[in-house]
Amino acid sequence: MPILYYIYLCLTLFSIGVIGVLTRRNAIIVFMCIELMLNAVNLLLVAFSKMYNGAAYLNAPTNTVGIDAQIFVFFIMVVAAAEVSVGLAIIVMMYRNTHSVDINFLNRLKN
Amino acid sequence: MKVIIGLIVLWPLVGFLFNGLGRNVWSKKTIAYKATGYIVASFIFSILAFLHVQQNGATMVHYFDFINTDTIKIPFDFKVDALSSLFLLVITGVGSLIHLYSTAYMKDEPAPHYARYFAYLNLFVFSMLLLVLGDNYVVMFIGWEGVGLCSYLLIGYWFSNATYNYAAKKAFIMNRIGDLGFLLAIFWLVLKLGSVSYGTVLTAESLAKLTSGDITAITLLLFVGAMGKSAQIPLYTWLPDAMAGPTPVSALIHAATMVTAGIYMITRSNILFSASELTQHVVAITGISTALLAATIAIKQNDIKKVLAYSTVSQLGYMFLGLGVGAYSGAVFHVITHAFFKALLFLGAGSVIHAMHHEQDIRKMGGLKSKLPITHLTFLIGCIAIAGVPPFSGFFSKDEILAAAFAKNPIYWVLGVVGAAMTAFYMFRLYATTFLGQFRGTEEQAHHLHESPVAMTLPLIVLAIASAVAGAIGVPALMGGNHWLAQQLVPIVGEAHEAHLSHETEWILMAISVSIAVIALLIAINRYKKKADEEPVSGIGKFLYNKWYIDELYNNAIVAPLNKLAGFLKEVIEKNVIDGVVNGTGKLVQFSARKVRLTQSGQVGYYILFMVLGMVLLFVLWFNDIAILRFIYQLTQKF
Repeated sequence: MPILYYIYLCLTLFSIGVIGVLTRRNAIIVFMCIELMLNAVNLLLVAFSKMYNGAAYLNAPTNTVGIDAQIFVFFIMVVAAAEVSVGLAIIVMMYRNTHSVDINFLNRLKN
Repeated sequence: MKVIIGLIVLWPLVGFLFNGLGRNVWSKKTIAYKATGYIVASFIFSILAFLHVQQNGATMVHYFDFINTDTIKIPFDFKVDALSSLFLLVITGVGSLIHLYSTAYMKDEPAPHYARYFAYLNLFVFSMLLLVLGDNYVVMFIGWEGVGLCSYLLIGYWFSNATYNYAAKKAFIMNRIGDLGFLLAIFWLVLKLGSVSYGTVLTAESLAKLTSGDITAITLLLFVGAMGKSAQIPLYTWLPDAMAGPTPVSALIHAATMVTAGIYMITRSNILFSASELTQHVVAITGISTALLAATIAIKQNDIKKVLAYSTVSQLGYMFLGLGVGAYSGAVFHVITHAFFKALLFLGAGSVIHAMHHEQDIRKMGGLKSKLPITHLTFLIGCIAIAGVPPFSGFFSKDEILAAAFAKNPIYWVLGVVGAAMTAFYMFRLYATTFLGQFRGTEEQAHHLHESPVAMTLPLIVLAIASAVAGAIGVPALMGGNHWLAQQLVPIVGEAHEAHLSHETEWILMAISVSIAVIALLIAINRYKKKADEEPVSGIGKFLYNKWYIDELYNNAIVAPLNKLAGFLKEVIEKNVIDGVVNGTGKLVQFSARKVRLTQSGQVGYYILFMVLGMVLLFVLWFNDIAILRFIYQLTQKF
């Protein structure tokens, strides 16, 4: 499959994520959109990695060029998992305090 | 030789540090002994240097490089030759006598101020020696500035008196104006020749490299420097005011040594000055006008020191006349004799002031002849010497200048003789009013009149002898002498080239000038031996009494407009423009802050929106790069 398809897919996912973050007021949905952006980038990384690795593999089967990006993605997923737990904890605390998950309700520091 | 010459300069510096740093520690006796001792040591070493020059000719010693770059090299060199060794002897010799005199004259000062006085005086001698010994214009300039500073410090020695401080500031500022000219001349030399050493600049090769315009500009700028330091028109007004300092200071700095720095500088650069006809005319005309102007003012002054101050200005004018007509050795001769008799006159005046308890008005003196016999006699010798009566020293030096002036242009000679007559007149007016007739002071002053202590009379006697016989170093061929001084100076100023006059002419000129001077002095004695001048109420007397209103002219023409300008800048420019800019900046910040604050709405969505927009902007700006665009293009092509 041409790499461009992956790029278009990632762009679409990332844009959905951005628009979701910008427009939605529900904290959980915003959070999901952030994850969406993160994973769009992950997907792009994997796609490029595979592209380079495929080209190198044709030259020499032992070639490992581009593999490191795939490993890198694992790291990102691990960190993202940790971040999710923190983020969800914040949302839980927010709900406990305000009985709402509306982010516009969080402008209490204003004035 | 290196050590001896170095020590000549270093002794006074040691004295300065000793007295300056220990002014709260030492007793007055220690201070006086040390300060005088260091100058005497310097004098002894100067004699050694002088003898060395007599035997081996000019000597140059190198100490270190003051400035050393690719394009310009200024070494810190000293040079003793006939000219500088003579100046060394005069400075340290007269300097020692005046230090000795000061120990008694200043004895009423408290110890810390006493030490401060001597520290300044030593620093002055140090700077003056640096000025004279330096082998290039930069070292000379260091000394030049140093003597200016010491002059300022000593004029304002009694700093609690506002008038004295004003006089000190005036002297400093006037000198600064001249110094600017000197500095520009140095820059010009560096620009054109890349060197400021005498050995390079003052040679025929250098002259060939300079255009005549360059030479005229450089010499005129140097002359501006000399004008400031040596009190010539138009920068002379500081010197009479400089009499605010203690009298020995007036004797040393404002009569014998510092004010002759300009003459030294021009004599040193005589090759340049001789090469410019225009500059020579300017120097001669400035000199003779200053001599006449100051002499007319001196006739009507009543402050004993003011008369002597204007007399100094006038005599300096003569020296510049000599320089302008090419009689360099005559000018140096007059510097030397003038150093003796003017120092003598000032110290004599100091002795009188001391006896009169700081009364300086000659109208309140009179009849001091019997009360102060030594002062009287020495003062009389000084007056005769300055009036140019043979065989006293002033006669020889002044006549040499006048003869050279006659050879150049008889008008200079006529004016010079008129000036000489006035000199004789005002000096004997001063003498007669002070020493002859009846005492006009208060009873109490009359009661306390006393001859000064030996520390003061000894310098007077030595200087009186020197004033009487110093003419011997320059007896002209006309009188069977061989003019030792002129021969000494041949390596520096070349053979005397003004001897076009026949012996008969010279005799006649001499007879005329001497007889006119004698007549003038007799008139003065006759007129003033009984009564002093009244305060002139009108006419030319008042005009002269008020010094031609030159100070008022300067005030109205220069100081007042500057004050006006400063006031305008303060009231209009400062208040409206500068303050406007400053306050405007503040107002702009406040205004924009008030507006920008509104974007901080607290809505998280907006923040994120701006963040995203910012990111997009960054990508557009930073990653709109040809390499990235090519990469994306390659991607689309490849797959």
